[in-house]
Amino acid sequence: MQNAIRLTAISKNFGTVKACSNVSLSIRSGAIYAVVGENGAGKSTLARLIYGMHQPDGGSMEINGSPVTFASPGDAIAAGVGMVHQHFMLVPTLTVTENVMLGLEKQSLFSTLDPKNSAENIRQLSLKYGMAVDPLAPVSTLSVGQEQRVEILKVLYRNARILILDEPTAVLTPLETDQLFAVLRSLAKEGKTILIITHKLDEVLALADTVTVMSRGSVTGTLPCQETSKEELARMMVGRSVLLRVENPPPSPKKTMLTVENLGYRTATGIEKLEGVSFSVREGEIFGIAGVEGNGQSELLSLLWGLHDRNGRVSGKIIFEGSDITGKNPAQIAGLGVSHIPENRLKHAVISGFSVADNMIFGRHREKRFHQGFGFDRQAVTRYALELGKTYDIRCTDLENTPLGALSGGNQQKVVVARELDRPGMKLLILAQPTRGVDIGAIEQIHRSIIGARDRGAAILLVSSELDELIALSTRIGALYQGSIRRIFTREEVSEGRKRGRPFEEELGLSIT
Amino acid sequence: MTARTFRYFIPLLAVAAAALCSMALIALSGRDPFMIFEKLFRATFASGYGTGQVLFKTTTLIFTGLAVALPFKARLFNIGGEGQLQLAALAAAITGALLPSSVPPIAAVPLAALAAMAAGAIWGASAGLLKVRFGVNEVISTIMLNFIAQAAAGYLLTRRFAEPSTEHTTEIGRASMLPKIDELSGLFTGSPANITLLLALGAALCAALFLFRSRGGYELRAVGLQPEAAAWAGIRSGHHVTAVMTVAGAVAGLGALNLVSGYKHYYEAGLTGGFGFSGIAVALLAGAHPLWIVPAALFFGLLEYGGLAVGAYVPKDIFMIIQALTILIVIVLNARKL
Ligand SMILES: Nc1ncnc2c1ncn2[C@@H]1O[C@H](COP(=O)(O)OP(=O)(O)OP(=O)(O)O)[C@@H](O)[C@H]1O
Ligand SMILES: [Mg+2]
Repeated sequence: MQNAIRLTAISKNFGTVKACSNVSLSIRSGAIYAVVGENGAGKSTLARLIYGMHQPDGGSMEINGSPVTFASPGDAIAAGVGMVHQHFMLVPTLTVTENVMLGLEKQSLFSTLDPKNSAENIRQLSLKYGMAVDPLAPVSTLSVGQEQRVEILKVLYRNARILILDEPTAVLTPLETDQLFAVLRSLAKEGKTILIITHKLDEVLALADTVTVMSRGSVTGTLPCQETSKEELARMMVGRSVLLRVENPPPSPKKTMLTVENLGYRTATGIEKLEGVSFSVREGEIFGIAGVEGNGQSELLSLLWGLHDRNGRVSGKIIFEGSDITGKNPAQIAGLGVSHIPENRLKHAVISGFSVADNMIFGRHREKRFHQGFGFDRQAVTRYALELGKTYDIRCTDLENTPLGALSGGNQQKVVVARELDRPGMKLLILAQPTRGVDIGAIEQIHRSIIGARDRGAAILLVSSELDELIALSTRIGALYQGSIRRIFTREEVSEGRKRGRPFEEELGLSIT
Repeated sequence: MTARTFRYFIPLLAVAAAALCSMALIALSGRDPFMIFEKLFRATFASGYGTGQVLFKTTTLIFTGLAVALPFKARLFNIGGEGQLQLAALAAAITGALLPSSVPPIAAVPLAALAAMAAGAIWGASAGLLKVRFGVNEVISTIMLNFIAQAAAGYLLTRRFAEPSTEHTTEIGRASMLPKIDELSGLFTGSPANITLLLALGAALCAALFLFRSRGGYELRAVGLQPEAAAWAGIRSGHHVTAVMTVAGAVAGLGALNLVSGYKHYYEAGLTGGFGFSGIAVALLAGAHPLWIVPAALFFGLLEYGGLAVGAYVPKDIFMIIQALTILIVIVLNARKL
């Protein structure tokens, strides 16, 4: 059968960084092809090369058998290549239809748009592939999963025959992931070619026909998915065998650090986001919160960090070490010894334009150790950045001068995790999706650090949509559903469940849907 | 060339392109551009006096440039330099005139400086507070505050502080006057260049150290780049907005010292003659970097004085066109995708 994509010895350098070197691969028409690899291995760069966002420094590319060079994504789209980015690029105030149509308006200046007809076409298209979404809804009212559907519709509407998806499942709930995969399978059956980048090896094995492993810019191997296993892929990626589930020695919880009492939150427009939420976290334990997007965990996290919308109404109490912290601001809360890894790291946890080193002290820049006289002690900051970079294996050659935005997604996350876990005098650690977008080697290491912090006596609140992550790490788990804690799994239930595996995951999953 | 290194060349490219355009304009007006450039050079850097005149203009422009550049780092556009400078000049002149002659220079000069800074700071802070409290866009509020400053200064001058039958205030006491560089070293003979120049260079250096070395500058830049992330890191952007607008007003105010204590020794209508607005151009050319403000101010100082000096041959307006063109080219080059 014909090849949809064929790359021969493609290379791309950023300064001295070899993001892709000598990458060759061919993807059959109608195949689902996965690319996996460590953070910074060059997966996103490869995808952007095929989509014309970057131009290769060497090598050649064929699409559907004919040689091509793309000067811009426009050329790629014309050749039938479409890409769904990890960070969606939609205009929130426009409707689904308007977003899909954007850039396709008739070219003459005064011809009117035909939104009705287009909306109908989009409805047809969305029904055909089982991606129900209201074409007239403004994008700002959609959930993350629906936004992604719009992105895919946008690509399909432009008659793409090759679809590239960069970490599409990182932000999806398990249910949304299943739905996405069903869509991708039906697209492949129709003869469309899918190239998917992901860190989740289970997904690769469940979905793809062929998988290529990348490491440090090069291809380490290409395997048919039937003939490989999670362990083998992990080993190929990281170059050593990886513990897929971190060891979790029995915890020894001590006194209660954080108590949330009957917490409720109603938005300024009167929507009840949280109601009667009560739980507590003790020193030396990890309290997990399971919940899918939109069930109140974002509101809970902002309340804990003092950043909720002050026009809303808060009821109940948040007690940290015996005193109520509702109404305190983030600087005061951090000052009490609380660390926080927010859900949305790009928007809330880093300044992309600052250097990596400056980001490693962001939010902790008030600490005396980084200061000397009137200003920062640059040497101390650099020394600290180097130390953290080494401990957490952050791949970056020049911490002082590289802007954080030039790091690969996973390495950015490692910077945040390193900084927050290393906060001196940390008593409470609030983690939201701590391993979103990081590779399995790094997950192992981040999980170890979290258990390590627990054993040193920190109280940890872990909010995650990855059920296996929750099960692997948590001492107890609360199931958050529609703004209330529906059930708390006790220490015995969780440690028992950890041994039971799959059935417990399903039980937990049921309690949040 | 990478995008980053290209950025460093943008101001030079813009200046070169604007120079070419001006040559064309001069030729169009029927003069030989090289002759005009030679005259321009003779009138300015060829003599101590000319150099001094350029440096005098440069001094105020450094202050008003910094007053735009600092808020720029927090993504605030301070258009109010002119009003801040104007009120500061009036305040400095009145203070200098009111101080009894028994006050020694060591106290009189700082008092005049404080008065100037306070007047500018109040005007800057007003825009900051309007933004933080009521969400008023600072571009609009600073423009409005310029009008108010203009009207208030005019009213106070004519109705209250003008010497009888003149249009300026009483001359300030000797103690509040700053020595000319000429008087101290014999350089720049006869020109108004005075030691405020050193203060301006110091201010640019302090601003750079503040922005890139201190905690406050770090927080300020974070607020400018990603306000939401700054909030998560516990940085209170409201405080920074108010503070940086206050400081900007005070810095613009210091520019008045050059005009009042260093040169005119009184306040008159038109004394600040657009220095506040030219400061915007200086900051844009310098990419809002406090140290680049100095050469940018020198360039605009050269155009402002040089334009006057060759006014007999070509209309001064040509040099205003060059100033504006330079800035437009900078903006276009910065916006260009690489
Ligand atoms: N625009 C850029 N400028 C400079 N360096 C870059 C740029 N884009 C990527 N890089 C570098 O190229 C390398 C590969 O990055 P890439 O984003 O392709 O990794 P990735 O495999 O997608 O990683 P992740 O799984 O973390 O997303 C990294 O070292 C990264 O720092
Ligand atoms: Mg990536």
